[in-house]
Amino acid sequence: MSLQEELIGPPPAKLIVDNVSKWFRTTRQTVHALDSVSLSIAEGEFVCLVGPSGCGKSTLLDIISGLEVPDEGTVVADNEPVLNPGRHRLVMFQESALFPWLDVIGNVMFGLKLKPGLRHKERLEVAKFFLQLVGLEKFSAAHVHELSGGMKQRVALARALAPNPRVLLMDEPFAALDALTREQLYSDIQRIWQKRRKTIVFVTHNVREAVCLADRVILFSRNPGRIREQFDIPLPRPRDINSIELAEYAGTITRALKGHSDGEVAE
Amino acid sequence: MRRTLLATLFFVMLVAIWHFVVRANIWSPVLLPSPRSVGEYLLGAARDGTLLEATGVTVRRLLIGYFIGIAIGLPLGLFTSASKFMEDTIGVLALGLQTLPSVCWIPLALLWFGQTESAMLFVVIMGTVWSVVIATDTGVRNIPPIYARAARTMGSRGLHKWTKVILPASLPYLVSGMKQGWAFAWRSLMAAEIYVTILTGFGLGHLLHYGRELNAMDQVIGVMLVIVLIGLLTDKILFAPIERFLHRRWGTGLR
Repeated sequence: MSLQEELIGPPPAKLIVDNVSKWFRTTRQTVHALDSVSLSIAEGEFVCLVGPSGCGKSTLLDIISGLEVPDEGTVVADNEPVLNPGRHRLVMFQESALFPWLDVIGNVMFGLKLKPGLRHKERLEVAKFFLQLVGLEKFSAAHVHELSGGMKQRVALARALAPNPRVLLMDEPFAALDALTREQLYSDIQRIWQKRRKTIVFVTHNVREAVCLADRVILFSRNPGRIREQFDIPLPRPRDINSIELAEYAGTITRALKGHSDGEVAE
Repeated sequence: MRRTLLATLFFVMLVAIWHFVVRANIWSPVLLPSPRSVGEYLLGAARDGTLLEATGVTVRRLLIGYFIGIAIGLPLGLFTSASKFMEDTIGVLALGLQTLPSVCWIPLALLWFGQTESAMLFVVIMGTVWSVVIATDTGVRNIPPIYARAARTMGSRGLHKWTKVILPASLPYLVSGMKQGWAFAWRSLMAAEIYVTILTGFGLGHLLHYGRELNAMDQVIGVMLVIVLIGLLTDKILFAPIERFLHRRWGTGLR
């Protein structure tokens, strides 16, 4: 298989979240994390889940990935119910979760090695391609701890993209980074998404970030976690996080967010 | 270079202090031999081969016992970390037996195996296994859960998960556990050799024991020095490279 064939891969997946509920029970209390959440995400759509902390948006992401099992309802990815984690739906976490015992290229290769039907040379070629895509081809032999926070997230992105998943799930991947690094990554992720079209579900509590990246912003409220409102963002790409139109959208969504959390302590 | 020089100076000073204490004639030379007579004993024993042979016998027992101990302890530790049942049974057993000083195994080993190599090995293995079990178990339990989650999403499970994620992720704990196991193995072997005379091999512990019987203090101190030296060397040869690798990869231990 050539690099080109490997890169074409399967098309992005359509996701259907159908009536999903989830409770977390501890000895002291029961938290109703998600209440009858239904959501349909189109092939190749970029969706951001926004809401106050504790609104269940990360839980929903875990359920879509298959890491958590819903108490009620189902998630369907391309007509197949999600029962387990699998390499068609890869996750990027807030912490890079890179493996310190592997070097950078080894980390990018990890998921690739679990993908059948490839020879070592092909895997290496694919891994190098994605390192280049995130601009870190010079660091392929570096150790994880030698990288900055932004570089780690780039490697994590390359690792998630390398096995050519159909869905990319991102759980506040930029929350721990400084503003400058984040802005750089916003333009990177838009550039990469346009090149390597995936269905992306992106969790954040940063409204501007959501407006900058998403086709659609989905607003959650908490206690219990529910979808409150959805906003289409028809702005042209690439988007600049500091543009005025973007700020207007963000303002509307922020007002809606505040309206829903009336009487609660603000973030 | 400067560091080597300073360290050498330190050890030369130690020997010099020893020398002058002996010269001061506070204790009888039978109880405190001079560095020179200890050196002469070591040289003589090295020449006639007793020292080399004893070291060979001891190190062989140590290595065999230690590696069997790891081969048993490592999987057991993985099992105790993976299953509640194993944790409640083998885990508790390991915790209890680890606190048992390994000298306590010697009477049992003698009755079971007689004065044989097997008795020696048994004591070393018992000294090693339990601390390796506990270190492995602790290591696996201390892996950041995010590693396992990330690996699961990429499709890693079963044997792949254990060999490619859990084992390497717990490596820092495993190495310190193996170091501890090594220390226990070494102590238990010395105890066994000092207490038990067996005919199949004459180890460093025996040399130490007979030094006492013969009131040969130069032999006692000389053999003790050799034992310390072996401990240092194994640390430098066996563990230092692994620890350097860990520090490089994990970015720890940097000053």
